[in-house]
Amino acid sequence: MDVLDIARIQFGVITVYHFLFVPLTIGGTALVALLETLWLRTGNRDYLRLTKFFAKLLLINFAIGVVTGIVQEFQFGMNWSDYSRFVGDVFGAPLAIEGLLAFFLESTFLGLWIFGWDKLPRGLHNACMWIVHLGTLASSYFILAANSWMQNPVGYRFNPESGRAELVDFAAVMFNEVQLVTFPHVIAAAYMTAGAAMAGVSAWLFVRRSADRELYRRTIRLGAAIALLAGLGVAVSGDVQGKIMTDVQPMKMAAAEGLYETAETCAPFSVFTVGTPDGKREKFAVTVPCLLSFLGTGSFDGKVQGINDLREEYRETYGQDPGATYYTPGDYTPVIPITYWTFRFMIGLGLVAAAGSALLLWLTRRGRTPSARWLGTLGIGLPLALLGASSFGWIFTEMGRQPWAVFGLMTTEQAVSPGVSVAEAATSLVVLTLVYAVLAVIEVRLLATTIQHGADPFVEPPDPALGDRADDAPLAFAY
Amino acid sequence: MELTTVWFVAIAFFWVGYFALEGFDFGVGMLLPVLAKDDTERRVMINTIGPVWDGNEVWLLVAGGATFAAFPHWYATLFSGFYLPLLLILVALIARGVAFEYRHKRHDAQWQSRWDTAITFGSLVPAVLWGIAFANLVAGVPIDADKEFTGGLLTLLNPFGLLGGLVTLSLFVTHGATFIALKTAGDIRVRARDLAWRSGLVAIVLTVFFLTWLQARTGSPASAAVFAVAALLLVVGVRSAYVGREGVSFAGTFGAIALAVTGMFVALFPDVMPSTTDVAFSLTTTNAAATDYSLTIMTWAAAIFTPLVLGYQAWTYWVFRQRIGTHHIPTVELAAK
Repeated sequence: MDVLDIARIQFGVITVYHFLFVPLTIGGTALVALLETLWLRTGNRDYLRLTKFFAKLLLINFAIGVVTGIVQEFQFGMNWSDYSRFVGDVFGAPLAIEGLLAFFLESTFLGLWIFGWDKLPRGLHNACMWIVHLGTLASSYFILAANSWMQNPVGYRFNPESGRAELVDFAAVMFNEVQLVTFPHVIAAAYMTAGAAMAGVSAWLFVRRSADRELYRRTIRLGAAIALLAGLGVAVSGDVQGKIMTDVQPMKMAAAEGLYETAETCAPFSVFTVGTPDGKREKFAVTVPCLLSFLGTGSFDGKVQGINDLREEYRETYGQDPGATYYTPGDYTPVIPITYWTFRFMIGLGLVAAAGSALLLWLTRRGRTPSARWLGTLGIGLPLALLGASSFGWIFTEMGRQPWAVFGLMTTEQAVSPGVSVAEAATSLVVLTLVYAVLAVIEVRLLATTIQHGADPFVEPPDPALGDRADDAPLAFAY
Repeated sequence: MELTTVWFVAIAFFWVGYFALEGFDFGVGMLLPVLAKDDTERRVMINTIGPVWDGNEVWLLVAGGATFAAFPHWYATLFSGFYLPLLLILVALIARGVAFEYRHKRHDAQWQSRWDTAITFGSLVPAVLWGIAFANLVAGVPIDADKEFTGGLLTLLNPFGLLGGLVTLSLFVTHGATFIALKTAGDIRVRARDLAWRSGLVAIVLTVFFLTWLQARTGSPASAAVFAVAALLLVVGVRSAYVGREGVSFAGTFGAIALAVTGMFVALFPDVMPSTTDVAFSLTTTNAAATDYSLTIMTWAAAIFTPLVLGYQAWTYWVFRQRIGTHHIPTVELAAK
């Protein structure tokens, strides 16, 4: 293995890992803020218990999301220094602004929220969590703008003198057509995941804690309804995304289907295929006629270009060999079995989770209290399915861009740090993977015990607005 | 002023903010096994930084992000060059960050003492490594014509770099002690004050020695002036700890760290990463910079958001201004978990 292989594996491991915490944080901050708002508006004690319970789960997640986020920022310079030199002028600005605008908001106001129960008036305390949520949205916007630029570079010019891409239109980068659909897709997926997690955890407790049935019914129904609504948003935005992708990265769309020959009209979409390992010949497939045409172009008889034609086209545009010896020179094809299956797993798991959420809503309709234990298992499965869907979605979109790091401009091979040794890169991969694995075990155990413990009984929180709190009273919250 | 200079100053500012703020929470972490007599006191210490440590750490992310955006070559050479120290810093920051949040999740002595160890070492390792990294950054490292760092880990572990590590270590320990003295009530406050001036004496010796050496190597008259004020503030801070004026002593260590870092950037300018291979290969504010257009966009963003950030971070410190004593630690609640 060379540095490139190791750096790619590390990028995959730590980015997919980091993104397990991201959707739960984006959606979770909104849900906790919403529960607290419901408590303040209705005065219903259940909502405060739920606020505190789901906040505990959120914070266990948030901690790992934050610390693994630091690695994300550092590794561009560490493992991908030539990438950093090449794109810094364009890619750096959203990243820097993300820190200044979003990370400060998130971390500062989360601290205020966690420790502020006895320090801040209730409305302001609640506002802190909404601000944290705004911070997560801002953060997503900037980092997705940076990623969208890698998928579809706009607003730059290539400066042959400095040999790098230089920013000429910041607005074009911020409002990249890929970004405008990727952002809603990712955010909707985050709400869906967090909603499903809330519904799922509640379902698990619902069938086990008969005394608190009515408590958890609220969050089953609220969470499942949010998951379904957001799921609709995921589907709609994903559909638009497919059409833009067909337009700006046709190879990725062809690779999603493993479509080698151009289909002039009515390209079928295979639900699954058994084929040769390289995906070049199929042995058995279940297909839906004309669906790929619809996904890619919005019309059932639209033309979808195949890999073979596109390869010729890319060769003409980018030359026989853009320096991508990592792949067969001049072969601009991503790894087809990976793009093919990740695309299907993403959609499939999303659909399964949507069906599961609908089932939870149906079974708890009009005061019904199902008590079958499998409901809990189903519940816990929902967020897991969606975290899988997110991961497969990212693997698809990043692997589908290969061999490019920045589409049409820089290959992944050109992006890697030239000065880093195999020993250094391997140390980093091994150390980070081990640390992440240990953290995963600890985190899962903590989540499990916290869920098993369930929501604490209602305790009236101190209200600083009343001003009756003694200076030597114990802190409302302490580490 | 050139935009590249503006951004050099901005990045210096973010690093100053990072070291002056996270410096004391590194100190609190390192002093955990030294100052606290029992678990309640350890919790008192941790809770002095509980609401703010994460916000302090963001200064690092912003410094890194701003370097990426404003000086892509600086970011690329520095991060790929100082590879293993940065990896260690990352691991330390991961362990420490998770420890704060997870430590109190289980009422179990072994669980908590493991996380305490993570906090202590997670604070100690970056406290030393940042000093080593910055000493080398200012003194210069081997960089070739392609702007690539050509040294290895051992290149960085030279006497000057190691002294830099000891300087940040001693400064952060002292800074942490003055912070605890300012933020706690009761017995631990007195012990912290006592420790602050003792460790402060060590910090004064190391810092003055290091800054004089640095000044002799790469200093300018301007950096000499800044270093002199930094040393003076450190002496004031340590003396104030000795006589029990906690506010002044914390302000002293805060100012000393802020100015020592400022002076290092003054000494660095207009280089951002001097090359010891050949001065012609040095990265400078000019040859490492982004374009004026990109810098203009970021200047607007920074001009709008930096004051805002300073405002709400300052407000956070105001909200949590209360001194914490052992009686503030809610034992009952912990047992319930």
